[in-house]
Amino acid sequence: MAVMLEDKDRIFTNIYGIHDWGLEGALKRGSWDGTKGLLQKGREWIINEMKASGLRGRGGAGFPTGLKWSFMPPKQEGRPHYLVVNADESEPGTCKDREILRNDPHHLVEGCLIAGFAMNADAAFIYVRGEFIRERERLQAAVDEAYEKKLIGKNNIHGYDFDIIVHHGAGAYICGEETALLESLEGKKGQPRLKPPFPANVGLYGYPTTVNNVESIAVAPTILRRGANWFKGFGAENNHGTKLFCVSGHVNQPATFEEAMSIPFKELIDKHCGGIRGGWDNLLAVIPGGSSVPCVPADQIMDCPMDFDSLKELGSGLGTAAVIVMDKSTDIVAAIARISYFYKHESCGQCTPCREGTGWMWRVMERMARGEAQKKEIDMLFEVSKQVEGHTICALGDAAAWPVQGLIRHFRPEIEKRIDQYTANPKADAAPLEAAE
Amino acid sequence: MSVRRLHSEQPESFEFSAENLEWARNVIGRYPEGRQASAVIPLLTRAQEQEGWVTQPAIEYVADMLSMPYIRVLEVATFYTQFLLQPVGKKAHIQVCGTTPCRLRGAGDLIRVCKNKIADKQFALSEDGDFSWEEVECAGACVNAPMIQISKDTYEDLTPEIFEELIDKIAAGKAVEPGSQTGRQGSAPATGPVTLTDPSLYDGSRVKWGLGAEMDEPEDEVETAEGAKKDAQSDATEGGQPDSSAESGMPVLLREPLDGKADNLKEISGIGPKIEQKLNGVGVFHFAQIAQWTDENIAFIDSQLAFRGRIARENWIEQAKVLASGAETDFSKRVQAGAVSSSKSGGDA
Repeated sequence: MAVMLEDKDRIFTNIYGIHDWGLEGALKRGSWDGTKGLLQKGREWIINEMKASGLRGRGGAGFPTGLKWSFMPPKQEGRPHYLVVNADESEPGTCKDREILRNDPHHLVEGCLIAGFAMNADAAFIYVRGEFIRERERLQAAVDEAYEKKLIGKNNIHGYDFDIIVHHGAGAYICGEETALLESLEGKKGQPRLKPPFPANVGLYGYPTTVNNVESIAVAPTILRRGANWFKGFGAENNHGTKLFCVSGHVNQPATFEEAMSIPFKELIDKHCGGIRGGWDNLLAVIPGGSSVPCVPADQIMDCPMDFDSLKELGSGLGTAAVIVMDKSTDIVAAIARISYFYKHESCGQCTPCREGTGWMWRVMERMARGEAQKKEIDMLFEVSKQVEGHTICALGDAAAWPVQGLIRHFRPEIEKRIDQYTANPKADAAPLEAAE
Repeated sequence: MSVRRLHSEQPESFEFSAENLEWARNVIGRYPEGRQASAVIPLLTRAQEQEGWVTQPAIEYVADMLSMPYIRVLEVATFYTQFLLQPVGKKAHIQVCGTTPCRLRGAGDLIRVCKNKIADKQFALSEDGDFSWEEVECAGACVNAPMIQISKDTYEDLTPEIFEELIDKIAAGKAVEPGSQTGRQGSAPATGPVTLTDPSLYDGSRVKWGLGAEMDEPEDEVETAEGAKKDAQSDATEGGQPDSSAESGMPVLLREPLDGKADNLKEISGIGPKIEQKLNGVGVFHFAQIAQWTDENIAFIDSQLAFRGRIARENWIEQAKVLASGAETDFSKRVQAGAVSSSKSGGDA
């Protein structure tokens, strides 16, 4: 049973930007509190504590963070270690890291120092998506403050020399993939690398690198201060902790907020978002973890605990906890077709199944949204999506395939109805859905 | 993927302004020696800010500056869709987010406004050349959908009416306020935050050690509200002389261990080598001593050694009672088996 989260157990206490984002305000809210003491407990203690906390990566894949930190090889002379923070938040529906970057940046800056220390890193690079310009300026200001007060940098008060470099992209979703991000950071186009070798051995500039999501790094200082058991006290087994949720779409009050993992969907929406637009009977479907995860119909999601494992059982996923809610006014086929366009637009073009497949799927989806298709094409679309899934270097192919599969799995009658209507009266709807190029 | 090419008409040359040049050199200097190419995106972005779009001379200029082949920079400029490869509206190039979360909240209507007010096609200039628009993919403000971005700022929670007004204001050269256009506080619910309302989050009472401070011992137990309160109390007396009431609560203290042999206090969960040392230092050597502590005794030890409430929190007394009787606890068994690294002598982190 999920524990209801109280304010005192929220890690991010300024996500709405009501209070001072700067160092002075952050100190008052408990950032940088006893950081030196944390570092003095040693690398092993920090990594063990992170492992014990049960924190799973907040960028979507849910890989245990502490375990990831422990993958860094022993340090060799002349081979620096790097921490790279993935602030390329681009998964449609996701806008949680934005609030950390612009309103609570010191959580991240402190987290970089601690995580960097734990993995023996010389520097952290924070890769902020290109569109987040004001957010990047804010983060840079926070980093500058930290340098000025000697919290980071050479000969800082924490006794561990560490640099933080704020970098940015220029509008490519694929750079959220860790190896594409590293390519981009090296000044190339963001096309994912083949793995192995893994970044932990051959990462940025060919040196050992760990790539973590903003939220995973930013929660670390508080977890270490309050203890692994505190964090572990929230959420179901294997899905521990608190999490930033961002709920968009057809709820009465879209909002970003921090809640305990495993809170049931209905409770989440009622408590924080004022319910579904038009009432609970009006709910059609939910995309629970950003656009790449399959949608879940209303009746299945209602009582589902919002965590990695429960949503996986429904054939979907928690992803970035970006909850996109769709009520019955939604043209679900068009909504998913728009997601298909997104992946077509963002495919890096490196692997043929994805480059060609995303465009093909989008074109078929557009026709299906109009009903201008044949019913046998539904199966063909599903089959092609299976040809894309798992046959590419990175997960973008999967991400493009899953929403389509989710739609066919749950809303096949809707697609068929559309086709029947069109077949009966092909020119009834004169306004086609246009696709931007 | 999107196919992007350079504009058919290109200016003669490009050069950074003096200010931008200094900025660029500074940025290049952030990256490790020999890794200047990392600065390519920041530099192209700055070139775009200076000129309004990314020109071929700018691409070549940046390539020269970073000692990169032209084709590598051209690759970057055409790969990343934020680089505008043709001239855009003088007053504003409006980027409308058109991805599903914004669509669900009416981005389609915003695009219709753009078509009516600016130009029928994306990237086409309005008649006066002041405006252009494009549909971009998710700009990461989904909770405040629908939204647009102009240059560095976002304008959120839009309706077609508010959006038209916004365009009119920009056209008239009036100042516009970025962010939510309905006065919403960031990404909080429209009627105001339902969380983060506890004032104690913001009054500094959460700070326990302070900036740059060292911690005495690992906090390896669950933090409770009572624990935090006791912490605050012990903070208040810390550093000062114990007051007389605490003095009177002095527990039985020994000059040296009975029979010259102290108990291994580390068998109590919560006591590490450092705390054991401190306890020995004031004269606590045996489980039986701890087992007898009264509340006053605890307060005394707390004030002497600044254990910040952990004695009660970690249940030392109960553990000590068991151990003093000669029995074992689960934890002490593990300590004896050598399975608890923090309880080994000299193993303190």
